[in-house]
Amino acid sequence: MAVDSPVVLEMRHITKRFPGIVANDNVSIDLRRGEVHALLGENGAGKSTLMNCLYGLYHPEEGEILINGKSVSLGSPRAAIDHGVGMVHQHFMLIPVMTVAENIVLSIEPTTSGVLLDLGEAERRVREISERFGLAVDPRATIHDITVGQQQRVEILKALYRGADILVLDEPTAVLTPQEARELEGIIKSLTEQGKSIIFISHKLNEVIEVADRITVLRRGKLIETISAAGATEEGLASLMVGREVLLSVEKGQSAPKEPLLEVEGLRVVDDRGVEKVRGVSFQVRAGEIVGIAGVDGNGQTELIDAMTGLHRLTDGSVRIAGTDVTSGSVHQHFEAGLGHIPEDRQRRGLVLDFSIAENISLHDYRKPPDSKRGWLYPRAMVDRARKLIGEFDVRGGGPMTKASALSGGNQQKVILAREINRDPRVLIAAQPTRGLDVGAIEFVHRRLVEERDEGRAILLVSLELDEILSLSDRILVMYEGEIVGEFPPTATEEELGVAMTGGRRAAA
Amino acid sequence: MSETVPPLPSATPAPEPGPPKGLVERYLDLQKAQGCLAPLITAVIAFLMGGIVIVISTGKAPWNVYVEIFKGAGLHWIFTFDEQAGFNLQQTLIVTTSLILTGLAVAFAFRCGLFNIGGNGQYLAGAILAVILGSQIHGLHPVPHIIVVIVLGTLAGAVLGGIAGFLKASVGAHEVISTIMLNWIVIWVGIFLFTLTGPLQNVASGSPVSDEIEEGAKLPVFWGDPLLQGLHVGIFLALAALVVYWVLVNRTTLGYGVRAVGFNPEAARYGGISVSRNYFLAMAISGAFAGLGGAIDILGWQFRLSTGAIQTTTLGFVGIAVALLGRNTAIGVLLGALLFGSLVTGTSTRNLDPNVFQPELAFNLTLLIQGMIVLFVGADLIVLWLLSKLRRRA
Repeated sequence: MAVDSPVVLEMRHITKRFPGIVANDNVSIDLRRGEVHALLGENGAGKSTLMNCLYGLYHPEEGEILINGKSVSLGSPRAAIDHGVGMVHQHFMLIPVMTVAENIVLSIEPTTSGVLLDLGEAERRVREISERFGLAVDPRATIHDITVGQQQRVEILKALYRGADILVLDEPTAVLTPQEARELEGIIKSLTEQGKSIIFISHKLNEVIEVADRITVLRRGKLIETISAAGATEEGLASLMVGREVLLSVEKGQSAPKEPLLEVEGLRVVDDRGVEKVRGVSFQVRAGEIVGIAGVDGNGQTELIDAMTGLHRLTDGSVRIAGTDVTSGSVHQHFEAGLGHIPEDRQRRGLVLDFSIAENISLHDYRKPPDSKRGWLYPRAMVDRARKLIGEFDVRGGGPMTKASALSGGNQQKVILAREINRDPRVLIAAQPTRGLDVGAIEFVHRRLVEERDEGRAILLVSLELDEILSLSDRILVMYEGEIVGEFPPTATEEELGVAMTGGRRAAA
Repeated sequence: MSETVPPLPSATPAPEPGPPKGLVERYLDLQKAQGCLAPLITAVIAFLMGGIVIVISTGKAPWNVYVEIFKGAGLHWIFTFDEQAGFNLQQTLIVTTSLILTGLAVAFAFRCGLFNIGGNGQYLAGAILAVILGSQIHGLHPVPHIIVVIVLGTLAGAVLGGIAGFLKASVGAHEVISTIMLNWIVIWVGIFLFTLTGPLQNVASGSPVSDEIEEGAKLPVFWGDPLLQGLHVGIFLALAALVVYWVLVNRTTLGYGVRAVGFNPEAARYGGISVSRNYFLAMAISGAFAGLGGAIDILGWQFRLSTGAIQTTTLGFVGIAVALLGRNTAIGVLLGALLFGSLVTGTSTRNLDPNVFQPELAFNLTLLIQGMIVLFVGADLIVLWLLSKLRRRA
């Protein structure tokens, strides 16, 4: 990308307010032809708000947007599309039962004699664009049959088909395997070579440095700095994002595993739709070690966790927690046997958002003293414990009586962590413990998990983030299509894991 | 009337000098501080609308009509202490007693995330069993008689609510559907029992009505003339039920479970709380409140039950409005019941001065206001929206 390329997009002094917060405070960015401009920031930093202003979903109170030097008014996504802006959302907006070509031409279908859908023509045009930009997909494939990586390409093709010159990619690698992410980099390169300009939203430091030409860091709605990616370091970017020095790597000593505390034998789980999602999984987690389960989303991890924690019935196999057989036990019996469970989805499952912090911390134990005696609650005891834990786990933004919904994601997760760890569990299952958290909170959660390992707990970490798996685990299991397809030491590379995660290991064996 | 009603807060687009909080924030703060503002605005809007209808349809001054309804409800008794006002207030409080209990029946289920439309059936179940036990058991000492009738009447409501809760918990049958169906079952059982030639009809009366309950089973009247339907002690039971409700919800493990399930069933399940058990318990306890209301009404002032009354009673449905307006809090239900109790009594043929406003119209006015309140229960959202509009324009 040449530095003197013409500027295709300018957002000047954008200010967007929501009740109680300023989501974008006088933010100005520009984008040159053929450039990849990354927007980096923690959750709530204002990246998505800024892009939604560009895509016509929000209307900024102040500032102006110039496309190719002309001031434009983007009142709706339709207007944005007309001005050559395309957006690929983090969650794809595709119709699963329709083909690739049908999805791409949706709402602007080519027709014969004005009324009949000309599918042949649609497929021809899709093939043409996909070849031009190196986005290989079969136009006739049905969406639910293709991989997530391919679905993302369809989304990009959708935008290109509508004549997008400026592409906004919102956290595009969040759902991809390492291989797919690498392929996406290639796609981005070929797009920019052909004159497309890309805004790349991310909170992953390494990929931003690799992919982008320039990086703009946002923090709490304000633009902190726009820097060139060449010469940027992860540490430098992290401290710009958070506003202080951050430890990126986890410091941990050698593990000293002892007796097995979580023993899973031949576990099989059939989901609500009758599909077998876990197909004979066996493993052990011993006291004092962290075992990571890596895998692409949807390969049975959720069902495995639900079965191990009593939330979903298993069809075969057994689960023992600290020596107690809890195979057919209730959720409550699992907790009593010494389980701690940091659930995957903290807002849907981990917290009762309308409950206070104190009430949330009592979720498993409200039936026992000191929270209650013979059916009577003792709110004082609940509040006292919550106050102690709020201090110990550095929960900010409220006291024991504050509703959980008023806390930020990181502090909500700290409340869950406090609740689960305070019960002194022998086994701690942490599912996606840092999903959606910002760098500072991730640091806290990671440090705490290692501390709990050193306390002699058995920790099972299930995560879609390979970085997290690699930096925390003492052993790594890879799950693919409901089976454990390999065990790796923490020294394994992302590539090795990536191959196993997509079934390569099994195919080779 | 309009000049006497305080203007809505939204009518004053306050100037915002920079950092100080905007209207929306202030409104949110207020709502956090005391959840009573939104229901208050809701009620005020409903009365304003009613006022407009009065002007358009009759040309009368709404303020005067509302003053008359106020007097009809006997609420001016606290200023005058005159006998007529006292009598009117007794009637208001009798209705309030029933409404507190049917309101709690809806509110408790709401706390568990369930919509109990069956308050009417549960109320009637309590009333029917109470009238049977009250009239068919003879020779029992008044105190045990009253206790037996009240306990079993409460239980009848609990069983009926429990059936709906059990169906929800076991096969997922939606409580709105099942409670509506149960309402009809109870109504037709009642009609079967007390209709002409029905097994429990009072033949001597020649009309479709039950026997009258034993003299000793009647609740004592502590204010006003027992022969003229004075205020019975049942109101203390209703007030006690409010306290029980508050304690149950806020100070027991049962209430914790019910609230957890109501707010987030998935999180409750994750936490080891049985969702189905709480659905059952919440509906059974809801039904118990309504059943108690039915039993108290029989023992307190109705003494007998006619098929006409069974078909026309809507106390269980007014309970929905009471719970909605009262935001499912104990104090809110009390105030809501008092408001609707006053409206119902204040617009009755007997209490409203026909020279000021025809009671027939007035009763429809009550229904109108009631409907408006249910409609505007989402008013905090509407108010918020209005505020943000005003703010943008400013």
